[in-house]
Amino acid sequence: MTNASPDTLTGMPRVEVAGRPEALAKWARHAEALVIPGGALLAGLAVFSVFLQVLGKSPLAFFQAIYLGGLGSAFSLDNALTHASPLLLTALCVALPARLGLVIIGGEGALVLGGLAAASVALPLQGQPYLIVLCAMAAAGVLAGGLWIGMVGALRYYRGVNETIASLLMAYIGIALMNQLIEGPLRDPASLNKPSTYPIGQAYRIASIPGTQVHWGLVVGILACLCSWVLMERTTWGFAARVAGGNVRAAQIQGLPVGKLIMAFTFIAGACAGLAGMIEVAAVQGNANASLASGYGYTGILVAFLARQNPLAIIPVAFMLGAIDASGSLLQRHMGLPDATVEVLQGILFITILFSDTFYGRIKWLNPDLWARAQP
Amino acid sequence: MSAPSAIGLWGVPLAMIGGAVRVSTPYIFVALGETITERSGRINLGQEGTLVFGAMIGYGVAIMTGSAWLGVAAACVCGGGFGLFHGWICSYPKVNDIAIGIAMMQLGVGLAIFFGKPFIQPAAPHLPAIPLGWWSAVPQIRVALDVNALFILGLALALFLNWAFRNTRYGLMLRVVGDSADAARAIGLNPDRLRLYATAIGGAMAGIGGAYLSLYYPGSWNEGISSGQGLMAVALVIFARWNPLGCFFAALLFGGAGALGAALQSVGVTQGYYLFYAAPYVLTLIIMIATSSRSHSLIGAPGELSITK
Repeated sequence: MTNASPDTLTGMPRVEVAGRPEALAKWARHAEALVIPGGALLAGLAVFSVFLQVLGKSPLAFFQAIYLGGLGSAFSLDNALTHASPLLLTALCVALPARLGLVIIGGEGALVLGGLAAASVALPLQGQPYLIVLCAMAAAGVLAGGLWIGMVGALRYYRGVNETIASLLMAYIGIALMNQLIEGPLRDPASLNKPSTYPIGQAYRIASIPGTQVHWGLVVGILACLCSWVLMERTTWGFAARVAGGNVRAAQIQGLPVGKLIMAFTFIAGACAGLAGMIEVAAVQGNANASLASGYGYTGILVAFLARQNPLAIIPVAFMLGAIDASGSLLQRHMGLPDATVEVLQGILFITILFSDTFYGRIKWLNPDLWARAQP
Repeated sequence: MSAPSAIGLWGVPLAMIGGAVRVSTPYIFVALGETITERSGRINLGQEGTLVFGAMIGYGVAIMTGSAWLGVAAACVCGGGFGLFHGWICSYPKVNDIAIGIAMMQLGVGLAIFFGKPFIQPAAPHLPAIPLGWWSAVPQIRVALDVNALFILGLALALFLNWAFRNTRYGLMLRVVGDSADAARAIGLNPDRLRLYATAIGGAMAGIGGAYLSLYYPGSWNEGISSGQGLMAVALVIFARWNPLGCFFAALLFGGAGALGAALQSVGVTQGYYLFYAAPYVLTLIIMIATSSRSHSLIGAPGELSITK
């Protein structure tokens, strides 16, 4: 898998470039990591504007609607943040294994099962103290999601099963499993039109952050991103994972526990998505139902790729896509555009961002390695 | 269907055979197309998006022109377009074909839903079925043996590709490019261009598979028309070891698994609908686990294929 960003092995000493101060070279490398995705983002928006223009819709009005729906008022800002909250966690489900060179795209399944596990654990614990129930729900979500994606990691390591296809199949299976359970054994007979589990109870819901309509799950998501960044950039495990992601053979020769790394990172990844499901249940839905499978897992893939699998970059990107998600209904009402417009925009952005991979190291003023060659 | 009727439980295998033939056709087309693409050394996970877009455009064109076959043609052309786009982007260095496939999946589905909104209500003309069960008086047998022309075309294509990979100049060129880009360059072939064509043909075939979905079985366009068939077909190619005839039989097997839920429902078993619905995914996963190997690359795998490296 050649997803390696230019700084995959930043620990490597770089050759000093003749005639230029090292600081400048360092800045150029940093700039490259910002300029190329930024340029790809703008290019994607430009392509999308052309698409709208061809259809006779005003791109300006579109972006205005996104601004209004995602950022314009306190209400829409809250809405955007609420949408961003699960994206932070589902993006981690993609970004963490990506450092090992694994492309996992089945976060949706882990999210759904995490939510379902959390909702079913809350039922027998009715009447227990708030914190105990909440922790039990979180643990159930983490465990369910972690085992689900961890299984994909195990299949990859022990059987060489392609993790991309396996994880997506597991997502379909997970969603089917949830549908079966909420229509059958776990169904609340009171839920007529929309099969759901029994409600977890008003007393056990996750509250809003004071002064906003956003639930505390947002803070959990941001903390998870920060912790993941520390794990990746500041610990031996993170370093070992990046080495294994760069070259498995080399990692094995170095004696790194590649199997354990794969299992641990896929478990953590699934745990993040499972936690997202638990938060959706405890903060937004109040029970587990089919609305859990509303695409957060898939949007999370895009967030992770836009953020170039960097946990810190996930935070702003998740907010941006949360805002776009949140303005979907406004687009429908104000511009008569179908809600799939957001999906088209996301698809275009996804492609331009992946296409931009080809420019790394090839733009001269951003790549110090090319400066020396130009000089006689 | 109310009563389990005259033939009783025999209805289950019969409905499954009929269902296998009906459900398998899109798998056959996507899998054969993907075989061509993967034999050239590239993988296109975007087949799922192409399938859905093909279903939409096929249905839309069939409504507007009144001809189901024109719909199939339109889906074929659009699918080819998607394939060309995938092949073109992936011909640039450092671009990951798997990731681009995921993005194309999202874009294809998004575009299909975007443009498909007006086509959800109206009914399009269906592709005609060939009644191979004319000799029987039992209605279940007649239903099971109503075979679509595209299924027969799929079988013919599988046979043709099986022959062509071995015996034609283009088949050999494709295999060289798929096994070693360096060897291909050494004998003067352009890997990127051949892969571009191979991906385009693969996309065109996925488009036909999509048109079958909306124009024959299930026979209407809606947003959830494909539930991962395009993707399962990619896994199926691995299971079939990149062999076109293997793809055909694997597709029948998948079709049978997909028809299991409906077949049981037809004799009155309604429990566990969602679990039977998940049967093809479970089957795919089991097959992948059974046929993959940790230590060596798969037998028959094209050497340049990133998914098996």
